[in-house]
Amino acid sequence: MAKKVALLQGNQACAAGAVYAGCKFFGGYPITPSTEVAEELSISLPKVGGKFIQMEDEIGAMASVIGASLTGMKSLTATSGPGVSLKQELIGYACIAEVPCVIINVMRGGPSTGMPTGPGQSDVMQAMWGTHGDHAAIALVPSSVQEIFSETVRAFNLAEKYRMPVQVLFDEIVGHMRERIVFPEPGELEVIDREAPTDGPDTYKPYDSTKGQIPPLASFGSGYKFHVTGLNKADDGFPTTKASLVDAEERRQVDKVMDNVADIESNEEYLTEDAEVVIWAFGSTARSARYAVNELRKEGIKAGLFRPITLWPFPTKRTAELAVQCKAIVVAEMNLGQMIHEVERAAKGNCVVAGEFRVDGEPINPAQIMKKVKEVL
Amino acid sequence: MAYDYEKSIRPGKLPHIWCPGCGHGIVMKGLIRAMDTCGLDRKNTAIVSGIGCASRLPGYLDACTLHTAHGRAAAFATGVKMAKPEMTVICCGGDGDGTAIGGNHFIHACRRNIDMTYVLMNNFIYGMTGGQFSPCTPTGAKASTTPYGNPDPIFDISKLAIGAGATFVARTTAAHPREIDKLIVQGIQHKGMSIIEVLDDCPTTYGRRNKFRSVVDMMKHLKANAVPIKAAAKMTAEQLQGKFLTGVLFHDTEKPEYCAQYAEVIKKAQGA
Repeated sequence: MAKKVALLQGNQACAAGAVYAGCKFFGGYPITPSTEVAEELSISLPKVGGKFIQMEDEIGAMASVIGASLTGMKSLTATSGPGVSLKQELIGYACIAEVPCVIINVMRGGPSTGMPTGPGQSDVMQAMWGTHGDHAAIALVPSSVQEIFSETVRAFNLAEKYRMPVQVLFDEIVGHMRERIVFPEPGELEVIDREAPTDGPDTYKPYDSTKGQIPPLASFGSGYKFHVTGLNKADDGFPTTKASLVDAEERRQVDKVMDNVADIESNEEYLTEDAEVVIWAFGSTARSARYAVNELRKEGIKAGLFRPITLWPFPTKRTAELAVQCKAIVVAEMNLGQMIHEVERAAKGNCVVAGEFRVDGEPINPAQIMKKVKEVL
Repeated sequence: MAYDYEKSIRPGKLPHIWCPGCGHGIVMKGLIRAMDTCGLDRKNTAIVSGIGCASRLPGYLDACTLHTAHGRAAAFATGVKMAKPEMTVICCGGDGDGTAIGGNHFIHACRRNIDMTYVLMNNFIYGMTGGQFSPCTPTGAKASTTPYGNPDPIFDISKLAIGAGATFVARTTAAHPREIDKLIVQGIQHKGMSIIEVLDDCPTTYGRRNKFRSVVDMMKHLKANAVPIKAAAKMTAEQLQGKFLTGVLFHDTEKPEYCAQYAEVIKKAQGA
């Protein structure tokens, strides 16, 4: 049987991916350029018995998502930079309380209101460090409509598996672009559901590290009575200031991601095997970069593309290897230089690291990437 | 025989954090009695709070308890209730938490008329941070950030709730412990947003600065100025100056409840 094919917008593909992943709750607030995600889900979620609520503000939207997730529902919110700024407090709450949820950030220009209808990639450091306190982060950066679908599914999988908030960031270009999408059949993409506790309600502890690095989360209303707080807490979920307990919990919550980078990491490479110069780019910029690689090859320049699909945790290992192999890495991003700092950290001076940046609301085009490559070689 | 509160309190979680003379314990006892009267199954009861002294209440109670971020109780609770309407949802917290930083969530939960009961302990002050003025600190009163007297006018929380669309609104005080559980019971049994405002006392950060010589003085003040709504009908505006009305201030059984409304949305979406 032929697969279902459609011409779909990135934001619509995100909504479709969420439903495929089993999302049953969306709490949001209108914001350009992400609004179509909410609009689509307001149609599709009730059809599958799910719940859609438009909350009074971005913070309330994030709160409702965490509340719904605690009842066992896969939960989503979608917003853009200003909204993510407002949600930071509760993204931190989801980190410390370890509540799975997915946050879509369709990136526009910034800071503040910035350029609501223009693309940007300037929220990438915010995705890692936006909320206060030490924490791990997972952020995915798809670059096509098809990939928005599959990465939204993977975001839910990672959120449920690692019991934490996962962010999916795509720039406005990818969010509003229309492309052909082939809808995966049910079962074609892996869908991970939340692990149920093995302990009964009488002995269950929501943060019991003897159950593993990621202790199972019970659901409210399923027979388990437990406490959830944003305070530092002991394994039973109740607040503590005991130094050893606080330290162990803080470290476990970071280690559960950093010890599993291999599982979370996802990159695409194009013609990097013999590359003398690697363009390091993600989202819509990676599409320009791929074009630039082809053009540069025609001119005899051995160029390649490294495209992170998981941005956080940062692909340190592979970036470091490429830095040893090639003469230069050109980081192209629609900001004034954010991920380049991480690339420089990973490269450890083993190659030239140069940046090609743009923040005028226009996409980075292949010609400017090619020009930069020629400058550094 | 003494009422058995112990069975509702999580083992090992007492003593609580509240100061001697604080009214929050009286409210907690009232809530426990109300939950018992309603025969609530604690496994299917979520108690949600924000941040502050009053918001520590859920941690002591044996139920599904959610201690959220400052001001966010109503929004988290909305998510819980929407996702699982079969659960009983109770919010609790203080005046600053609920009506300053959480004011937007509070009024919109009222507007939606989502079925939950919000027990708001109004002690006129931010107690946990040391006594800064809240939207409910009386004008002229002393707080740690109003050394010359409070220039701000106050929120009337119950009026705010009625205006915002809550369908059961009641007020009492910590000096009326029997009324607390009666009103919470009615709130829980009401299908829609119920606000139970309990005026209580913070002797540590409010009383001391405002010439209340003792907790007894504060309780006497609450008692002396509480006017049951029926009695108020026979009083003049002059006589009601500085008083607060108590009892069931508003009750509307007509306005549709939010989760029931959304169930209709699901039916429509599914073509039923």
